[in-house]
Amino acid sequence: MDFGKISRRHLLQGSAALTLGSALGIRSAAAADTTIGFIYVGSRDDYGYNQAHAQGAAALKKMPGLKVVEEEKVPETDAVEKTIESMINLDGASLLFPTSFGYYNPHVIKMAKKFSKLRFEHCGGLWSDKDPTNAGSYFGYIDEAQYISGIVAGYSTKSGKLGFVAAKPIPQVLRNINAFTLGARLANPKATTQVIFTGDWSMPVKEAEATNSLIDQGVDVLTCHVDGPKTMVENAARRGAMVCGYHVNQSPLAPKAYLTGAEWNWEALYPKFVKMIAAGETIPNFYRGGLKEEIVKCSPYGEAVSAEARKHADEVKAKFLSAEGYTIFKGPIMDNKGKAVITAGTDRGQKDPELEKMDYLVEGVIGATS
Amino acid sequence: MTADTADPDAAVGVAPAADAGFLQRYGATIEYILIPGAALVGALAVFGIFVALFGKNPLDLYFYMYQGAFGTWFSWQNTLTRAAPLILTALCTALPAQLGMVIIGGEGALLIGALSATSVALAMPWAPPLVVQAAMVCAGVIGGGLWITLSGALRQYRGVNETISSLLLVYIGLAVLNHLVEGLMRDPASLNKPSTREIGAANMIGSIPGTDVHWGLVFGLVAALASYILIYHTVFGFAARVAGGNIRAAKIVGLGVSKLILTICFLAGGAAGLAGMIEVAAVQGRTNANLAAGYGFTGILVAFLARHNPLAIIPVAILLGGISASGGLLQRRLGLPDASVLVLQGIIFVFVLASDALYGRIGFLKGKS
Repeated sequence: MDFGKISRRHLLQGSAALTLGSALGIRSAAAADTTIGFIYVGSRDDYGYNQAHAQGAAALKKMPGLKVVEEEKVPETDAVEKTIESMINLDGASLLFPTSFGYYNPHVIKMAKKFSKLRFEHCGGLWSDKDPTNAGSYFGYIDEAQYISGIVAGYSTKSGKLGFVAAKPIPQVLRNINAFTLGARLANPKATTQVIFTGDWSMPVKEAEATNSLIDQGVDVLTCHVDGPKTMVENAARRGAMVCGYHVNQSPLAPKAYLTGAEWNWEALYPKFVKMIAAGETIPNFYRGGLKEEIVKCSPYGEAVSAEARKHADEVKAKFLSAEGYTIFKGPIMDNKGKAVITAGTDRGQKDPELEKMDYLVEGVIGATS
Repeated sequence: MTADTADPDAAVGVAPAADAGFLQRYGATIEYILIPGAALVGALAVFGIFVALFGKNPLDLYFYMYQGAFGTWFSWQNTLTRAAPLILTALCTALPAQLGMVIIGGEGALLIGALSATSVALAMPWAPPLVVQAAMVCAGVIGGGLWITLSGALRQYRGVNETISSLLLVYIGLAVLNHLVEGLMRDPASLNKPSTREIGAANMIGSIPGTDVHWGLVFGLVAALASYILIYHTVFGFAARVAGGNIRAAKIVGLGVSKLILTICFLAGGAAGLAGMIEVAAVQGRTNANLAAGYGFTGILVAFLARHNPLAIIPVAILLGGISASGGLLQRRLGLPDASVLVLQGIIFVFVLASDALYGRIGFLKGKS
């Protein structure tokens, strides 16, 4: 019963704190000019998708006059609606970054309609004309960085066998696998990419199994597209294989095995968004870009990357950054069943909507989409 | 939270003054409130120490938990919204527990219920909303009900442990859902987030007027109340409890144990299936992998904390809804990781299970006869 007494005392202190706290709460909310809310679907130190966004949030925390509130592991259910409302009602947030793809429909749309004066920036590139104008959805052409990773991987492999641990056979993932393979075959025309789909975004056990089984088959350079690449990177490095990272820089996890990686550059984009809002500019509702627009970037080369690989990769990177740009999906491109998916003479540039519907694996990929 | 902590104190204050007759009559009821209440307070105290080890002030913790869960009208709505599916999924564990069965596969029944409800809604685009909604309720209940009945039948006719089979059926249910959502039932427009087509805004069941809380809460309350009446105030419920107490005795007096098991399992799965239907019709508007949000698993915790009493499930679900609603505020104000809410749930669970040993052993509640 001692607990009961302690609790009663706490209750009294708690109600005192309630009065004090609500007074303080109002004051502190007024002190910060803008409160920005970040919502993550996983944990923000996952060395992956969520950490990339948390790094963007950290960049905002350094800017004056901004208060950043964060919540992690929010599922893609009405829980995210409640988190958004809680950030608005209890923290005074006026700009929200619900960062997971599955938050958008119906949750972000619903909240954007309800709070029509506040701004919502969703990550995933899903905004369409029917949606509220105070909502935006941005995304990056990270296949450009995967292409550079592929070039480096093509030079670094001794067996000519590359491995790709992938979540689901959806267009975004297929595009990364294909870009990686096309890059690798630029460096080594005989290179192949063996792909294993784990079935979901965060399946650490299956990711470890896939990594081991790829290495058992002779694969010596691996990359991935799952939410947390940590499992793949650490397991591959332990088995003596080399890796290309994804989402963020994973070189601290495997300094010797890490070649390069395809990273998001949210720490450049988010401060840019905030500056645009402060200057009274409108952020386009559908905002996309690649290496040139600084939405994605490549990890610095690891020590195992040869001079030849660096030179070739840097050349292609320079083309991406140049005014005329560079096209990855340039015909003729065959799929791995021998069908011409992009005919000779057709260039599918980064903004081509056809690429958003990708449902094939290019020649050189070992695996099937279904 | 604070309401619960106040109860045991009130009970202690009353108990010594009352006579032995009062204690004899109400001692058991007081125990049912006092012991879980004390376990809860104990768990909160231990969690306070845990948080203090991270250098955070436990008083801040209790204050933010109260504010995030019950401090404002918004917080209440947040809590109730989160509690709604938990009431239904908790029934999936609590009802079979009357028969001595431990069913932990509510998540699977929820997914199958959602899938069935969505299929029915998509199959009848011509029907008026009320008809579609009624059909969805039926489909959700039947889908989820049959799923758990499968576990019950495996136990009754094949001797398969129902705990294991119901848990494994969760993974089968999820695989079936993913298979259909990524294949046969996939909306071709859902490129990067495989989903079924939407059931349409007109068929959504919406919120209780004047609130943000969807109608699922009312479904949950009605189901919990009906379950309570069924278990404690009908012959069927009495038979179920007799069979749960001693299955051989039940057979000797001629109770149809097989029928009891299958019916109870159907109702249990039906409750979870209804939760799935509500997730589709009130929240998601379609079926996709988002539905596997763990409501079925949290429901197990709710049922055990409520000692499988359908009425007690309601406050316990609200309590756990409150904990999850306040979890966000703990992250934002105290910088605690999300896992701290899981730590709290774990501590509560251990305390409540351990406190089971106290029933019938608190001296002053026994009364003198």
